Amino acid sequence: MSGVQAPGVYEGAANVIAAGMLLLEFGMLRQALVRDQIRLYMAQSALISVLAIVIAADRNLPDLYALAALSAALKVVAVPLVLRRLLRRVGLDDEEETVGVAGSNTLSPATAVLAGIVLAAFGFFCFGALGIHGPAAPALALALAAAMVLVSFGLMIVRRDVASQAVGFFSLENAISLAALVVASGLPFILETGFLFDLLVAVVVFGMLIRAHHSRAESLSTADLTKLQG
Amino acid sequence: MIAVILALLIVPLAAAIACAVLPATLAPVITPVSGVACFALVLALIPAAGHRDLNYLSYLRVDALSEIFLLATGFLYGAVTVYSVGYLKHHDLDQDQHHRDRYARRFYAGLNLFGWAMLAAPIMGSLALLWIAVEITTIVSALLVAIEDTDGAAEAAWKYVLIASAGLGLALLATVFAYFAGSQILGEHYNLAISPLIASAAHLPHTPVRLAFMLAVLGYGTKVGLFPVHTWLPDAHSEAPTPVSALLSGALLATSFYAILRFYQVASGNLGSGFPRDTLLAFGVASLLLAALYVFGQRDIKRLLAYSSVEHMGILAIGVSFGAPVALAGVLLHVLAHAAAKGNAFMGAGVFTVKFGTKQISALRGGLDVLPWSGPLFLLAVFALSAMPPSGIFRSEFQIVYGGLDSGNYAAAAVLVVLITVVFVGLTASVTRMLFTPASTRSARALTRGEPSAWMVVPVVAGVAVLLILGLHPPGELTGLIARAVTQLGATR
Repeated sequence: MSGVQAPGVYEGAANVIAAGMLLLEFGMLRQALVRDQIRLYMAQSALISVLAIVIAADRNLPDLYALAALSAALKVVAVPLVLRRLLRRVGLDDEEETVGVAGSNTLSPATAVLAGIVLAAFGFFCFGALGIHGPAAPALALALAAAMVLVSFGLMIVRRDVASQAVGFFSLENAISLAALVVASGLPFILETGFLFDLLVAVVVFGMLIRAHHSRAESLSTADLTKLQG
Repeated sequence: MIAVILALLIVPLAAAIACAVLPATLAPVITPVSGVACFALVLALIPAAGHRDLNYLSYLRVDALSEIFLLATGFLYGAVTVYSVGYLKHHDLDQDQHHRDRYARRFYAGLNLFGWAMLAAPIMGSLALLWIAVEITTIVSALLVAIEDTDGAAEAAWKYVLIASAGLGLALLATVFAYFAGSQILGEHYNLAISPLIASAAHLPHTPVRLAFMLAVLGYGTKVGLFPVHTWLPDAHSEAPTPVSALLSGALLATSFYAILRFYQVASGNLGSGFPRDTLLAFGVASLLLAALYVFGQRDIKRLLAYSSVEHMGILAIGVSFGAPVALAGVLLHVLAHAAAKGNAFMGAGVFTVKFGTKQISALRGGLDVLPWSGPLFLLAVFALSAMPPSGIFRSEFQIVYGGLDSGNYAAAAVLVVLITVVFVGLTASVTRMLFTPASTRSARALTRGEPSAWMVVPVVAGVAVLLILGLHPPGELTGLIARAVTQLGATR
């Protein structure tokens, strides 16, 4: 086994964090309640910030410390806050979730997770086979990010309520951030901030549309969104 | 020239802010002024952009290719802002003044912001900023789709924002891989600038470029309306207020196609032209086929026009896949002519819906009898869309088909001609019934002859003039601009 080298601290940390994020993604896929999904999203976002700090220390990129702080402020604090306030305003507090949200899975949790595993395996092995890696880009973490992208798409597909679909989209954004951190950590700070600012605006707009939907349909379910066809 | 470019970035934004904070009575003055001014500014850029690439402040860049898309957006933004003044006079007549003022303020602010984001996208000299601009167009236009506050609008807006944002997520991944590819050659602090990436395209690693191109076609393709990621498009186009539908169809789809063309430039410089062209051909033919199947049996006039947009985006993708210089020139001319023709068609359909109070094709009858101007103009718009000479679309599609035959893509060119003809039949069948069949219901017969507003006719007449100019004799400056853009796209047989 002389050809195999143990990964360095940075690479090992990146891989472990990526694996943790993928597991949290599966947790979101499985959770029935939106508030639990939001908690998992917070944990996932916190991991992204930790990864940014690890990369900043390892590769001596001071910009990334600022990015980690900004990202944490936005994704661990602001986005969950906005989502929770929204859920309270439409009448879903921590104690109960109305019909149309809890268990809006179209598949049973077990089937959903199995489908997620298939998606994740597909993404993981496809990206692994591409062999994209560099000194700064561990191939394993990148393949895990690809798996996460596909699972978050699956999450958006199997849920039938606007709040979970929005959480699915935000976790898709986390997956892309992971890929970006692994592959493009040297990207100029101004551009990274631009992406984050854009996410903030998107969150606000998602919130406005969720409220508009709730005020019309009296629920968060998307089961009635079938008028426009053909 | 920097003053012109900065003005293009400032004027619509300032107009949006002014519409949001000033009294609602001023918005119908500010908005058309901003729209027409932006079109004038874009026209002023033609001579310079036709001769050299304009680079300023390290993040602003206008070359011949971006100027073409600026022209399409600038014209349509100008036309639509004028049209909106008439459109809003007839909107929500049953509501009180306070409600109407609030609607008008939000509508005009959103319209200007939407125009701003679409004008900003082709000016951005970095793929990252281009992505941010396209994402802003999504966010603003989703709110504009939702502004009608009906069940249909809420549904369409939610589908649109979710599908388009997910698509743009893939486009962001494409941007990340473009950075990865670029940083291998241009160093860690590469800022995703477009020019150095294209200049060094041949030396980039192949796999990331291939991946970035595929993700860009799929991601930005979501906003272009390419099959199979077009599903938001007919909903959003039919439920949005008509001026917004016109901008979505004529300008937004083209702006997203511009983003694909930037990735195409890098990919064809790196991988050779085979892979990028085959990809675009597959997506283009599938989109065209879908549109040809769906134009038949549409009951909603705006949905019908939306499927026609899917058709024209398919034609653009096929045209690029042909790769011959004459086909690429046709594609760029098609972007301009489609903006004018589709804008006209939507604005005409908007007059019908205002007059008849419905979007259902079966209830729109006897159009030529009650609309002395908009009836014939709508007919002209649909004929123009169907590539009837002497409209600009006839010239552009002729060039694309000629380029296809010239470059040996006989099968694809034949499929293109057949499917365009099928769409023509579907489109004209519905529209001639709207115009020539006499009204049968009592309410339709009771309508008096006359136009709702002159504001809704003037921009359509301007669109007809543009279509005629492009079809009969495009000005020399414009053909020079197109020729320069064609060389940038790396035309080969």
